[in-house]
Amino acid sequence: MAVVFKLPDLGENIESAEVVNVLVAVGDVIQAEQTIIEVETDKAVTDVPAPIGGKVLELAVAVGDQVAAGQIIATIEDVSAGSTAAGAPSPESAAADRGSTTSSASARAASAADASPADAPPSAPATRGGKISLPEQAAVVTSASDRPVQAAPSVRKFAREIGVDIAAVAGSGPAGRVSIDDVKAHARRTPSGGGRAAPRKALPDFQKWGEIERRSMSNVRKKTALQMESGWQAPHVTLHDKADVTALEQFRQQFKATVEKAGGKLTITAMLLKIVSVALRKFPELNCSIDVSQHEIIYKRYVNVGVAADTDRGLVVPVVLNSDKKTVTELSVELTELATRARQGKLSLEEMTGGTFTITNLGGIGIGHFTPIINDPEVAILGVGRSNYEPVYVDGGFQPRLMMPLSLSFDHRIVDGAGGARFLRWIVEGIQQPLLLAMEG
Amino acid sequence: MNATKTTTQLLVLGGGPGGYPAAFLAADLGLEVTLVDAKPNPGGICLFEGCIPSKTLLHVAKLIHEAAQAEKMGVTFGPPSVDLDKLRYFKNGVVGKLTGGLGVLKSKRKVNFVRGRGIIQSPHTVEVDLQEGGKQLIEFEHLIIATGSSPTRLPFLDHSSPHIWDSTNALELREVPRRLLIIGGGYIGMEMGTVYAALGSEVTVVEALGSIIAAADPDLVAPVADRARHIFHELRVDTKVVEVVQQADGLHVRLLGLDIENPQRVYDKILVCVGRQPNSKNIGLENTSVQVDARGFIVTDHQRRTAEPHIFAIGDVTGEPMLAHKATYEGRVAAEVLAGKPSAYDPKCIPAVVFTDPELAWVGITETEALNRNIPFKIAAFPWSAAGRATSLDRNDGLTKMIVDPNDEVILGIGIVGVGAGELIAEGALAIEMGCTVTDLKMTVHAHPTLSETVMESAEVYHGHSAHYMPRKR
Repeated sequence: MAVVFKLPDLGENIESAEVVNVLVAVGDVIQAEQTIIEVETDKAVTDVPAPIGGKVLELAVAVGDQVAAGQIIATIEDVSAGSTAAGAPSPESAAADRGSTTSSASARAASAADASPADAPPSAPATRGGKISLPEQAAVVTSASDRPVQAAPSVRKFAREIGVDIAAVAGSGPAGRVSIDDVKAHARRTPSGGGRAAPRKALPDFQKWGEIERRSMSNVRKKTALQMESGWQAPHVTLHDKADVTALEQFRQQFKATVEKAGGKLTITAMLLKIVSVALRKFPELNCSIDVSQHEIIYKRYVNVGVAADTDRGLVVPVVLNSDKKTVTELSVELTELATRARQGKLSLEEMTGGTFTITNLGGIGIGHFTPIINDPEVAILGVGRSNYEPVYVDGGFQPRLMMPLSLSFDHRIVDGAGGARFLRWIVEGIQQPLLLAMEG
Repeated sequence: MNATKTTTQLLVLGGGPGGYPAAFLAADLGLEVTLVDAKPNPGGICLFEGCIPSKTLLHVAKLIHEAAQAEKMGVTFGPPSVDLDKLRYFKNGVVGKLTGGLGVLKSKRKVNFVRGRGIIQSPHTVEVDLQEGGKQLIEFEHLIIATGSSPTRLPFLDHSSPHIWDSTNALELREVPRRLLIIGGGYIGMEMGTVYAALGSEVTVVEALGSIIAAADPDLVAPVADRARHIFHELRVDTKVVEVVQQADGLHVRLLGLDIENPQRVYDKILVCVGRQPNSKNIGLENTSVQVDARGFIVTDHQRRTAEPHIFAIGDVTGEPMLAHKATYEGRVAAEVLAGKPSAYDPKCIPAVVFTDPELAWVGITETEALNRNIPFKIAAFPWSAAGRATSLDRNDGLTKMIVDPNDEVILGIGIVGVGAGELIAEGALAIEMGCTVTDLKMTVHAHPTLSETVMESAEVYHGHSAHYMPRKR
């Protein structure tokens, strides 16, 4: 059986290394733990040992190559395992391998080889089309220890669903039995486990300072709290600017009766929705999501802009699908309808999901600039403030111009300051020069 | 003849206890499903010619035995008279009722049922040889292979002979042979032997290994073997059939084994129960990248996905244990994965039940397995001679034992032999899945007088005290 040997993880923050020495050749018969290659990282030169003994069938690297963790280094014919059909090392032998290693690098090599037996089914994503969209195999966490984990089926299922390796959870019950609470506590301690990074600090006894009242959060409140917390994980940058909306407001006054006949209310937000949607098409890095675990950026070839709405029940964000393809009149009608149903609490979950960008407007309450929080898993949000007449120096004199404050928060992991600035400036220009939309959008 | 062509989102190949639950659940989860099977309704081997008909006949065997046993209690029925046609009619009725019910359920779920044998033509098409004649080409987005298994054949036997039976033939109940030889003392051989012995056959069971039902612990097998020696004409272990010659007066058989005085025997029928083979050949796997192992089992991952990411495989065709309930669980996993859920096949244990008299059941690891794998363990056993309910049934031939991790007293395995063991084992499966300790079982109140008390009392034995049983100090 041939085993594909991949470069093990070399340590924290080391993504790749340079091959400085190749110590074996194709056809060599090597021992387990024998060094195959030496790699140099920015920190040190490290030996990379073979996870198993056998004959080297193929070498995939040469001196001078940059290799990344997980990259295939060699294929080794495992002569000893010829009798086992399944190929994957038995848990006992894998454990023995780990037990016998002396350096942590070789232990990692052994576990890396365990994770990728040559004949395991590939983890290619499923065919597109239809309703079926299979998750990547690697995304489902299961455990492969010798004795089954001391946890009930419901607990194992829960751990799988939130991406926690149940074998890594310390059980608090009798005989180390793992409860759902144990899994939750584990997830909170482990950021990569899908939970939050910091454990919650115990609250002080507020009654010491006076009378208090405890009320349970509404569902919308709970959702908003979680949503804001996950959005907050993105490193935010907020840019502030102002757009001259004098002409836009005149246009609005001129056409609002026409739009009203169509059943909608022509608002600055509706017009802004159009401009932003076209801008998102032009700046795809503001219309994406980030997949941290896969180191990938997911670009969306559609534009669905959500518009935050303040209701009696709390904050809701109905989403206008394909907003870039709709006319301002259509957007006005749809926004009016969504806003009405949002106030009535009649939005379906479907109408509040799938957004690629969000607009939030506090202008109605009189706020100028503010720092909106990104609506996860989107990467940017535009805050709109109250427009005021301001003296603007034009052609040698001050003129009263209606100025609208805009605040763009974006995820600095994806968007750099300059990119965010260009996007916001494009929107400002789009507001001031509506023909720009026709020319560039 | 040109094949008609249709398309489907999910095709399930095989309507047995793996395939039909997978198809039903997938349909309930919103997928558009086509189920292909040669039988008139879903059910597969299990319902048509396996678990269900055999358990029906074993129930009859139990009635016959208990009627005879009653004589000791002062109630005499006299020797039974068996109307084979009526019994067959009853058995077929049971099968019809259950499979007919599945037929209705499949229609209610709008599962498209195609009756015929499907062969995979390409990674996205199956051609069905329709029962009604003609062919149908089905193009699928996803496939679940649930083609099951077939009885293993012996190369030196003429399996086309009407005198050489497999389990399917035996369950057809065409006749009760006077002298019946059963090759193989596994669970199917022992169950079929129990049925035919009760119906009046002179049953001989030969097993090549050193024990019948070799997967179970010897102390649990012992009461089954004792009883079998009583109801069978002969039970031989370490014995092989080496030659069979058909003559006018029957099948002349030569046995090979230790201390056989008369190795030449004559039987009217031979029933072959030497195991089952996965149905992975002749289904067109070569037209895909699906991998099979050395024994012919389809290789799958923990989500039951094959090397082709859009093709899944479940049940007997994927490996041991070849049990209906394992297939059903796998079917559920595959359907859930297809519906986008992060499901995985991770049962801690799969119970096994042999429906002999007495029944034999186990779950989790066996004592033998713990020894072989060098797993530290302690045994606690409670003999049914000390169980009140067993005595009231006049069935003290039972034993309940548990295999326990001595470090934290977690239950690793439970084995039960005795009447109703097949029902009792469910508690063991739950205990293992939930991670119970001996103390948990000991402190769970069990109703009196029931056989389930033996589970509680064996847990008490572990801690050295049981009201009804004082084990010898070791």
